[in-house]
Formats: sequence, structure tokens, C-alpha cells
Amino acid sequence: MAGKATREAYGDALVELGAVYEELVVLDADLSKSTMTAKFQKAYPERFFNIGIAEQNLMGIAAGMAAAGKIPFASTFAIFATGRAWEQVRNTIAYPAHNVKIAASHAGITVGPDGASHQALEDIALMRVIPGMTVLVPADAWETRQVVEAAIKHKGPVYIRLGRPAVPDIYDETYRFRIGEASLLCDGDDVAIVAAGYMVHVALSARDILAREGVSARVINMCSVKPLDSSVLLRAALECKAVVTAEEHSIIGGLGSAVAEFLAERCPVPVRRVGVRDLFGQSGEPGELLQAYGLTPEDIVEEALEAIRAR
Amino acid sequence: MDSQELASIASRVRRHIIRAIHQAGSGHPGGSLSCADILVALYFSAMRIRPDEPDWEDRDRLVLSKGHACPALYAVLAERGFFPVEELDSLRKLGSMLQGHPDMKRTPGVEASTGSLGQGLSQAVGMALALKLDRRPARVYVLLGDGELQEGQVWEAAMAAAHYRLDNLTAIVDFNGLQIDGRIEHVMSPLPLVDKWQAFNWAVHQCDGHNMDALIGALSWVGKVTGAPSVIIARTVKGRGVSFMENVADWHGKAPDAEKTKVALSELGGAGVGR
Ligand SMILES: Cc1ncc(C[n+]2csc(CCOP(=O)(O)OP(=O)(O)O)c2C)c(N)n1
Ligand SMILES: [Mg+2]
Repeated sequence: MAGKATREAYGDALVELGAVYEELVVLDADLSKSTMTAKFQKAYPERFFNIGIAEQNLMGIAAGMAAAGKIPFASTFAIFATGRAWEQVRNTIAYPAHNVKIAASHAGITVGPDGASHQALEDIALMRVIPGMTVLVPADAWETRQVVEAAIKHKGPVYIRLGRPAVPDIYDETYRFRIGEASLLCDGDDVAIVAAGYMVHVALSARDILAREGVSARVINMCSVKPLDSSVLLRAALECKAVVTAEEHSIIGGLGSAVAEFLAERCPVPVRRVGVRDLFGQSGEPGELLQAYGLTPEDIVEEALEAIRAR
Repeated sequence: MDSQELASIASRVRRHIIRAIHQAGSGHPGGSLSCADILVALYFSAMRIRPDEPDWEDRDRLVLSKGHACPALYAVLAERGFFPVEELDSLRKLGSMLQGHPDMKRTPGVEASTGSLGQGLSQAVGMALALKLDRRPARVYVLLGDGELQEGQVWEAAMAAAHYRLDNLTAIVDFNGLQIDGRIEHVMSPLPLVDKWQAFNWAVHQCDGHNMDALIGALSWVGKVTGAPSVIIARTVKGRGVSFMENVADWHGKAPDAEKTKVALSELGGAGVGR
């Protein structure tokens, strides 16, 4: 399995883009070796700030630096960035529309052995509900690199969801990402699988299984969870008439919810959500957890067939 | 500007506060009156600012961490020329640039959106760090409530400010001894203040928060502190200047009616309810 973790690609992107964007500063809360911001610290020690184990302060300081013209990236684990410091993000970063990028690693069930306390399964929901917050969930290293630069160029708060384990490469250096635009990975007209993050390559495996069964599945990478790519979604619903979402996040409030909300209003078709079904995670290896929580290619296939039957 | 002139501006500011809160029908007079002198000393003496160029990059900044006292900040900003004094009549009204708690997107001169207590010092630390990084000469001030010090985030930020040796950062504690539910030491004591800030490696100065000479002295002291952030513990009286509001926790967050407004304004040396 070639490819690297999105968090590692994030650290690399910071180092690369730190040379281009002088206003870029990076803040961490004693997790720089895990979030990979340590790479940036090594390259630009004067522009790196360890805030210690104080996530609320992390967000406030990032806001203040943005107010004084910097482009701060604030990193910690997703559960602490979005959970511990939610109100700081809401009131002190998003309400004044500060140019802060919250890049949080260790999101989702694939955190693995650290268990439920460290597996953020609610972070997309928590960030998506905040007015003006952009929510991006890159699927591989190449997309992460693109997402980091898109976030720098976008004026306003952005949440970037990063994972712990290595993920296979889906794209290459020619890939270009734009906020609000989905990427169509393969065409098909029986069912559309809309996935984000780690689950994108799982969706591609599901598509292969479906193809063997004579079902043609469209696979859409909805990295831009907010704003959603409504035209790609609408076309998928009109042409495939059945939609499955896939994410390593709670089925409540995440990508699945966003897609279901949109389609319920604009083009009601059967929708099935693959995700964690209103549960906390637990310790285990990522592969075991994906299996235990219904996040495998087979789970997507099952829901896809369900959605097709329901239309 | 001498201290007598400053004191007379402060009286005008207090009248604005009472009038605006009365007209709005809600707001926080107690904590606004207690910090009026501090804000006047800052904006009319200590701070290097350009009211006609509110985004001037080298300006000094004030973060009103105790955001509920914004009627005082709005009055001072208006008196200082950031916007017309008439705007004060729109406090808390639909579409107003003067929101119930500070909104930096709407109000010229407001440096931070606050209202949720405990978050201002962190923002001030961020500003001070960025200004140092850019080698700008500006200073960042942040005004905190004494009850607000109960928020844990304040101490996270205090630790960070000293860690990064932010001698371009000055906190001022409005030490009025009261919060909503009563005396701070009864609700949840943040005392002793001096020892706490010292233990966090801040340079500490105490002064009378209603004496202009003392305030100006304190604000010039901060310029001499190097290698550490500075804090001024300003002893104040909540509701200062209006006899029936002084030291009464109940006047934390309610508007005076027409009768009480008249009494308050006359005590503050103003003629009628009008400006
Ligand atoms: C996080 C948060 N919790 C609660 C409140 C509600 N609140 C507004 S003012 C106040 C009391 C503040 O007391 P103090 O800091 O002493 O301010 P002052 O006496 O100067 O008005 C409280 C609890 C708030 N605004 N923010
Ligand atoms: Mg108080």
C-alpha cells in the first residue's frame, strides 16, 4: 500500500508552503510529533509556537495572530480542537471571521488503539454547524497538499480533518483541488458513492466489487464537506437515483447528514449512510475497527444495493 | 492632557453609559462604570492610535476581555472620534454597529469580538506575539474582570505570555470585587491576585483605578518592564459615580428606568436625559 498519512502530508505541505507564504505561522498544543507540525518547527523555528496542553488558549492565540495579519495553522488532535475548544472556535475564530486554519489530526475511528477518548467521530458535525466555517477532508497525501494551499489562499476560518494511518495514493502531482468542488473518481449510473477522507479508497474498492456484480457505481470524493459541491451531487442524484455516503465519522452530522439534508430538499432519492452508527469507538487496530463498525467495502456494497432496491 | 481634563472626559463617558443603557433597556452599567476611568486613561493618554485610521498597523490595541462593559468602550471610542457620539443611541438595536457585546467586524476601533469571558487574554497574547514577530513597536492592552479570572483559559494565556516574554503586553484587572452572584471571594475566590500573577512570572503593579494620576503612572510603569508581561491591578468600585449603583451586585446587568436615569445623570454632573 503506497501512500502516506494525510497528517504527514500536512507536515510536509507546511514546510513547502512556509517558504512561499511568509505570514504562515504554526501553533500546536504539545502534539507536534503526532500532528507533524514538528516538521515545520524544524524548518522555521521562529514561526512555530508551542502553546502547551491548552487547546482553548491555542485557539485564542491563533485568533489574535490572525487579527495582527498572520495566517495561523492551529493543530492538535481533532477531538480536542473541535471538542475542548468548540466555543473558542465559534466565538473567537469564526464569529469575527478570523483567518485561522484549524488542521486537526487523529480524526475518526482509524486512530486505533488509543481508543474512544481519542477518536473524534463528531468533529465534522461540530465544525460544519458554525457559520462561515469551511470544512475540508482530504483523502490522500496529494489532496492534503492541495487542501493546505487552498486553505491558505482562502480568507476565513477553515477546518482540515487529517488521519493517523497511511492511506493509498488516489491522486498524483497533477491533481488540483478547489474549495466547493468535488472530484469525480469514476463514472457510473446505478448508484453514486459519495465519500470523504479515509473512506474514499474504501469506496473505490466497493466500486470494484459492485462492478463484478454488474452494478455501475459512480464514486465522488467530497473533500469539500462545506461548502458541498451541490451541482455534482444534484447530477449524481438525477442520473444514478440512489446515493450512498461513506465517512469514518458519526452518521449524525457529518458528510452523510450534509448530503441527505441537501438531497431531501433538492432531489429526494434513496440515501444510505455508511459511518459510525451513534456509538463511541474503542481500542483496536484500524482494520479491526473499520470492520467492527461497518466501514468496509462490503458494508458500502450492501448499502449501495439497499439504496438501489429502495428507489 | 492633564488629569483634570481626563476626569471630565470620564464624567461624560459615564453619562453616555447611563443614557445608552437606559435607551437600550438592557445592558451592564456596573462593570462599565468601574472601568470608565481606565479606558479614558488608555485612549486619551497611553495608547498610540489614529481614530481616522483604525487599521493603522502600528497602533496600540485594546482587547476588552470583559466584553459586557462595551458601553464604556463605545463611549470612549466615540469621544475619541472613531465614530459619531450619536451612534451611542443605537446600542443593542437591530442592525446597530454597537452590538450588545463587542463585534470587531461592525465597530471601528474594536479590536476583538468578546463577550464570552476568559478568552481576551489569549487573543491579546496572539496579537503581541505577531507584533513581536514583525518587530512592530505597538503594545497590546487587555482589560479583564476580576470574576473573569475564574476562567481557566485566563491562566493558560497568562502562562503563555510569560513563557514568550511578552513585554509588549499589558493586562489590567478591573478589581471591583463583584461578579453577578455577589462578592468574588464568596462565589469563588480568585485571591490573592498579586501573588498569583507574580507566580505566573508577570510584573505586577497595583493602583487606584479611579485616580487619573495613579492610572497614568501605572501606564507609564509598564513601558519600563522588560522581558515579561505586565499587569495592573486596578482597585475599582463597581457602579462608580452613581450612588445607588456603587458596590451593588444587582446593578451588574440591568438598565436604570427613566427616574433612576435622571438621578444618575445629575449625580454625574449632566443636566437632563438628553445629550
Ligand atoms: C464564559 C462566560 N460565562 C458566563 C458569562 C456571563 N457573565 C457575564 S458578566 C459575568 C460576571 C463578570 O464578573 P467580572 O469579571 O468581575 O466583571 P465586572 O465585575 O467587571 O462586571 C458573567 C458571569 C459570560 N459572559 N461568559
Ligand atoms: Mg468584578
